[in-house]
Amino acid sequence: MEQTIRFRLNNRPVSVTTDGDRALLWVLRTDLNLTGTKYGCGLGSCGVCTVLVDNEAVRSCRYPVKDVSGKEVVTIEGLSEEGTLHPLQKAFIQHEALQCGFCTPGMILEAFSLLRKNSSPSRAEIMESMDPHLCRCGSYPRIIDAIQTAAAELKGGTDHDGQ
Amino acid sequence: MTGNEEFPSRREFMKLLGPGLYFLFSVDAWVLGQRKQWDFGRSYPEDFNAYLRIAENGHVTCYSGKVEMGQGVTASLAQMLCEELEVPYHSVSMVLGDTKLCPWDPGTNGSRSIKYFGPALRAAGAEAREVLIQLAADHLKLPADRLVAKEGVIRDKTDRRKSVTYGSLAKGKTVELHLRKKPPLKASSSFKVCGKSLPRADFRDKVTGKALFAGDIRLPGMLYGKVLRPPVHGARLKSVDLSPAEEIKGARVLRDGDFIGVVHPLPDMAAKALARIRPEYELPRANVNDRTIYDLLLRTDVRDNEVEQKGDLGQGSRQATVKFEESYFTPYVAHAATETHSALAHVEDENATLWIGTQGPFGARGQIGGAIGMDPERIRVITPYLGGGYGGKTQVGQAVQAARLSKMAGCPVQVVWSREEEFFYDTFQPAAVVKIKSGLDASNRIVLWDYHVYFAGDRSSQNIYDVPNLRTLSRGSSFGGGGPHPFPTGAWRGPGSNTNIFARESQMDIMAAKAGMDPIEFRLKNLKDERMIRVVKAVAEKFGWTPAKTPSGRGFGMACLDYLGTYVAMIAAVRVDQTSGKIQAERIVQAIDMGPVINPEGARMQMESGIIMGLGYCLSEEIHFSGGEIEDLDFESYKTPRFSWIPKIETVLVENLDIDPSGCGEPPIVGMGAVMANALYDATGVRVCRLPLTPERIKAQLA
Repeated sequence: MEQTIRFRLNNRPVSVTTDGDRALLWVLRTDLNLTGTKYGCGLGSCGVCTVLVDNEAVRSCRYPVKDVSGKEVVTIEGLSEEGTLHPLQKAFIQHEALQCGFCTPGMILEAFSLLRKNSSPSRAEIMESMDPHLCRCGSYPRIIDAIQTAAAELKGGTDHDGQ
Repeated sequence: MTGNEEFPSRREFMKLLGPGLYFLFSVDAWVLGQRKQWDFGRSYPEDFNAYLRIAENGHVTCYSGKVEMGQGVTASLAQMLCEELEVPYHSVSMVLGDTKLCPWDPGTNGSRSIKYFGPALRAAGAEAREVLIQLAADHLKLPADRLVAKEGVIRDKTDRRKSVTYGSLAKGKTVELHLRKKPPLKASSSFKVCGKSLPRADFRDKVTGKALFAGDIRLPGMLYGKVLRPPVHGARLKSVDLSPAEEIKGARVLRDGDFIGVVHPLPDMAAKALARIRPEYELPRANVNDRTIYDLLLRTDVRDNEVEQKGDLGQGSRQATVKFEESYFTPYVAHAATETHSALAHVEDENATLWIGTQGPFGARGQIGGAIGMDPERIRVITPYLGGGYGGKTQVGQAVQAARLSKMAGCPVQVVWSREEEFFYDTFQPAAVVKIKSGLDASNRIVLWDYHVYFAGDRSSQNIYDVPNLRTLSRGSSFGGGGPHPFPTGAWRGPGSNTNIFARESQMDIMAAKAGMDPIEFRLKNLKDERMIRVVKAVAEKFGWTPAKTPSGRGFGMACLDYLGTYVAMIAAVRVDQTSGKIQAERIVQAIDMGPVINPEGARMQMESGIIMGLGYCLSEEIHFSGGEIEDLDFESYKTPRFSWIPKIETVLVENLDIDPSGCGEPPIVGMGAVMANALYDATGVRVCRLPLTPERIKAQLA
């Protein structure tokens, strides 16, 4: 059913008129032209399409766009402010926690959601939270290190909630 | 045909790119000097196949048909170039995989970029530097031998005020210079740029979402396409009603015989429309499945290729006091790159432009040209970033689909395969069998080695041990479809070697156990290659290995190998849950001698990557099928490694400046099957000769 959905996207109000049952992923990538959010499996089993809805990491491939109505959506494009990288983005570069980079946006946003709830997660807690995310290049150990580095920086007073 | 005819507008790039100094060079001088033929039966073009451009602002760009798929070639190749050209790292960029701007290249695979392209690039850098010094001599009116190049500036050695930058030498000129000499290269020991872990230019865009992959490219007026897929390989379309798809607003159904697609302004709506089509197929009879395939491979009668032969097997058999006979089995394995195959095609009357996530942009043109009836010369392929390749993106079926739909629709069409399509159309690592007969004499020396590999290919099948009587035979091709395979197969990271090393290094452990020897001592006793001995000792030292007979109950496994000249030794420590049969890797240590290391951190990343990806084919990855029907079509049933699988990983770069740099994209993965199987045996006394080492298989033997 065609409907107009209004929400905040990367700190700006947007509205789209479309079939509300469509997945948020395709609306972001096509209608709103934000291609940083990737398609990986369409079943929510790889984490590649992860975005934040009200600061909670969700799989946008399984998330009907009508459900973001009135909410706050953040994609990877919205995480850095005016060219200043978020501590997670900096830490991913510093630890070389990526290779092909296709899973990276989803990884970073999941980690963002984790760090909001748990500001100094242990390795085991990171592994548990990140386990739904696949990285075929095998950057997992470096991603854990990057999240710990970012956690330390965020706690160090440079409060940056990515909005 | 040489590559030359395929680059007709050979000087077109100069018009496109504008003024500057163009240094054209050839990889042939280095690689094909030995008349090296590539796997694809073609050589690089002979006059030039890569070039450098020095722009008026001094920026250096290298144009090459290689592609970046995460392996870091943008950094390592740039480093090799800077080293010899004497320019700062940040002033160099690589333009890769654009068939209009870059000369022909056979493709990015086989861990060859550094090994073969690297030396040519270094030579080009060195010769270009000499040419620049000559130009500077004319410009400064000084003898060339008084000048020295550093950081993109040429100076008078005696009067440093007399200087000229590379950029100003290029000013207002469009000069084509052919590099032909073989200038002396720097010794590895005097590297300043190589050997450093310099940052990669692609990372910033990849953490901000700016990096573009093929599915991210947008053109005005483009549509998204989906093509009807048969349920089973080899199925024949009997009848189909297209009208339900046409009922979706905005959907156009396009048909050319059995090729049926839907295009729509929205990708998800194209998929939705296509899903409404309910075709009827005539299905082929399934006469093989994932359990019976191995018998079929062994029964398939094709010619054996003799890989090596030494001494006399009869004599070896007589000398042996104890003999071993074992068979090893490895299944079809999927590439499962995180990015599914994606392409955008814009086919016009006379020309076509495609953005494809491919490992072989030049090869793709031929396939696309054939499919749409266009001269490949008129097709430009641009390669954006690849979201992983691992061999799977040498196939460009998605681009052929996009090109056909674009031609029929009369507008640009993008095709992004669903995960299901990705599994279905994948060119799997082929299922394979290895049979080995081996024997030890009374002093535990290997005196007999009769090795027969079926359908994996011969890579890494050559024995690395000192064996007087041996024979290695390889039967059946590892690439392409047909033969016994019910679907296409192809190169998968470390093709052939994953099977061959699993078999050989498992057999080594079986012999060591029977001999009552520590597996490392047994290997060292039978190795003569000093370079390999050094790598084995390096890994043992890092691990803190103490000798013990197997099974020791400790859960330690080791393997060593040679992959196209790169030497690897590794040790795994595992824990096995006796009730569930589940293995968890706890620690993996890997040592590699790849010659001089261009980017150490990049090399370590490849090592970690190989170990982690390798855990998948060791522990769970296996395509289940019935005839042409692929049963694993998603990540719920086809399980690839996750965070919770990973062990502690330690990597050792064994220094070796005496040889040329060699590759490290594939070598780290190929020993994984053997170290895990050997560690399983050491933990439990259970020997599993079939991958993957699933809990069910382990439990069955523990019982």
